[in-house]
Amino acid sequence: MKKKLIKGNEAIAEAAIKAGCKLFFGYPITPSTEIVEYLSKHLPKAGGTLLQGEDEIASINMCYGAACTGARVMTASSSPGYSLKQEGLSYLAAAELPVVVVNINRTGPGLGGLGPCQSDYFQCTKGGGHGDYRLLVLAPSKGQEMYDYTLAAFDLADKYRNPVLILADGFLGQMMEPIVLKDRPDAELPVKDWVTDGCLGRAKRKIASYSLTNEIGEQNNLYWEGKYQAIREQEQRWEEFRTDDADYLIAAYGTCARIAKTVVLQARARGIKLGLVRPITLWPFPEKAFAPYRGKVKGVLTVELNTGQMIEDVRLALECSVPVSLHRRLGGMLPHEDEVLAALIQQFNIPLDREV
Amino acid sequence: MEKIFGKTKGLTDVPFHYCPGCTHGIIHRLIGEVMEELDIIGKTIGVAPVGCAGFSLDFFSCDFVGAAHGRAQAVGTGIKRAQPDKLVFTYQGDGDIAAIGTAHAIHVAARGEKITSIMVNNAVFGMTGGQMAPTTLAGQITTTSPYGRDPGLVGAPVDLPKTIATLNGAVYVAAVAVDSPKNIMQAKKALKRAFQVQQLGLGFAFVSILSTCPTNWGLSPVDSLAWLRENMLPVYQMGELKVPEEVKRL
Ligand SMILES: Cc1ncc(C[n+]2csc(CCOP(=O)(O)OP(=O)(O)O)c2C)c(N)n1
Ligand code: SF4
Repeated sequence: MKKKLIKGNEAIAEAAIKAGCKLFFGYPITPSTEIVEYLSKHLPKAGGTLLQGEDEIASINMCYGAACTGARVMTASSSPGYSLKQEGLSYLAAAELPVVVVNINRTGPGLGGLGPCQSDYFQCTKGGGHGDYRLLVLAPSKGQEMYDYTLAAFDLADKYRNPVLILADGFLGQMMEPIVLKDRPDAELPVKDWVTDGCLGRAKRKIASYSLTNEIGEQNNLYWEGKYQAIREQEQRWEEFRTDDADYLIAAYGTCARIAKTVVLQARARGIKLGLVRPITLWPFPEKAFAPYRGKVKGVLTVELNTGQMIEDVRLALECSVPVSLHRRLGGMLPHEDEVLAALIQQFNIPLDREV
Repeated sequence: MEKIFGKTKGLTDVPFHYCPGCTHGIIHRLIGEVMEELDIIGKTIGVAPVGCAGFSLDFFSCDFVGAAHGRAQAVGTGIKRAQPDKLVFTYQGDGDIAAIGTAHAIHVAARGEKITSIMVNNAVFGMTGGQMAPTTLAGQITTTSPYGRDPGLVGAPVDLPKTIATLNGAVYVAAVAVDSPKNIMQAKKALKRAFQVQQLGLGFAFVSILSTCPTNWGLSPVDSLAWLRENMLPVYQMGELKVPEEVKRL
């Protein structure tokens, strides 16, 4: 299979084409811009349509319209742009429209900076837009996963009739890595018998998000809750690394998980039984991954590029049965492996068997 | 007995929810007739706004999508780009298209997006209870301009068709009213042309329709029509502001 040296952002764009994405609506913002640039060049050649909207609000609403007709559609942005898309995301979730959205997280709040950051975790996993809705959120940690998870995102969006978000940071978006350009796996997907593409030969259809009465409003909320519950049951994804005999765990996703793998090896070289749990889905948060460690490990260190956001989900997943602590870097800085190991040792008072 | 007038196939049997005397209903009927006459009901997708017309998705017999406040034209763009062979129209109030949705109103026209947009201008935010809109007239009292709109403070009314007509991608722009039988017939002609422009793939078509809001104006339906005539017609430029030759010949 073909291997290509490309940027993470380009891997996402290429995967979208492979997944049969026919429309892309976007508005440039660093560090996600290569996605709209790459697709401007390649999507029309693949028989698709790319339109640069007047802003992010237009782009997400264009996605809304295109998804209503059953087409596979995507948009991509970075933090301040993602903020603008939140209005549309709430409507997409309510109208049950399958759209793939990418957020290549930069720093914030405000205009922030361009460095790697995970400070949109709350915004991306806890709603962001108004109302009680959920998005599936996939967090790649390397270029190959930027590609693979994008392929998966389109299928998940169609399967659940729900927006799916790819959340990565500027480091992953910008870094070049060799990537295998796989084809989309054959997957059985539900027929789109709900689309509004002209009612010739059938009864009229409508797609909307308004509930006329409180009774209908409650029914809708309960229906969505049922769907989100099914996603919670079926779609929790994570990766474990050297957790079998672990006394301590690191919980980290994306770029931090990559750094954490080296930390695990370094810790083990110093006699510390450390493992890594890497959430792949940030919503649904992989509670199942943490459940076996409730009361079983001596401590969990979350490593994040924010002031501590995922740590709340880790604590909930562990039901506060073990000490959970945080090491973080901010504003676009990345932690060094030594620094993470030192933080682990210091925060949990780990006695060292041997010095290396 | 011979039936000479009936309900258009362009509308469903769902009863309108509009207030008595509101001219939204007349405009619905005209669009329904145009869709029926052009035989496009089965290949048309409408986009509903937020505002009084938000429930219009139940009333027309074509497929319909409900958009967020002001976003109907962006949604319409997405539909049209996905299905270029279908007809797409947005049906929006003046608040929806000329306040919150202004950016989309300008850019859909600038791009020459091959959709049809209809603005129902009643000079207020109807659904939320009669607040000031960009289209509210100078001196007009609304719940958020209780001393009358002061152009020195909040600007003069926005004449959106005039602005839209300056953009190259907007190929058909008309401003009509539904206050009298004659004007209603003109409004229908404009609506028909706006759909024909789209059928011919010429570019963006825009029809602004002066409409009444008896409830929020605090007037009877008949007095509302007179108020529209006396106060709105002199302020807004009326008629076909732009017509392509191809459509004139039809
Ligand atoms: C984002 C957002 N802001 C405000 C509202 C409240 N709102 C609902 S309808 C409306 C005004 C609609 O006025 P117009 O478009 O003129 O339509 P009309 O009701 O007069 O037909 C507003 C402000 C909303 N639903 N969403
Ligand atoms: S509030 Fe005004 S615009 Fe809305 S239905 Fe009633 S009369 Fe018509």
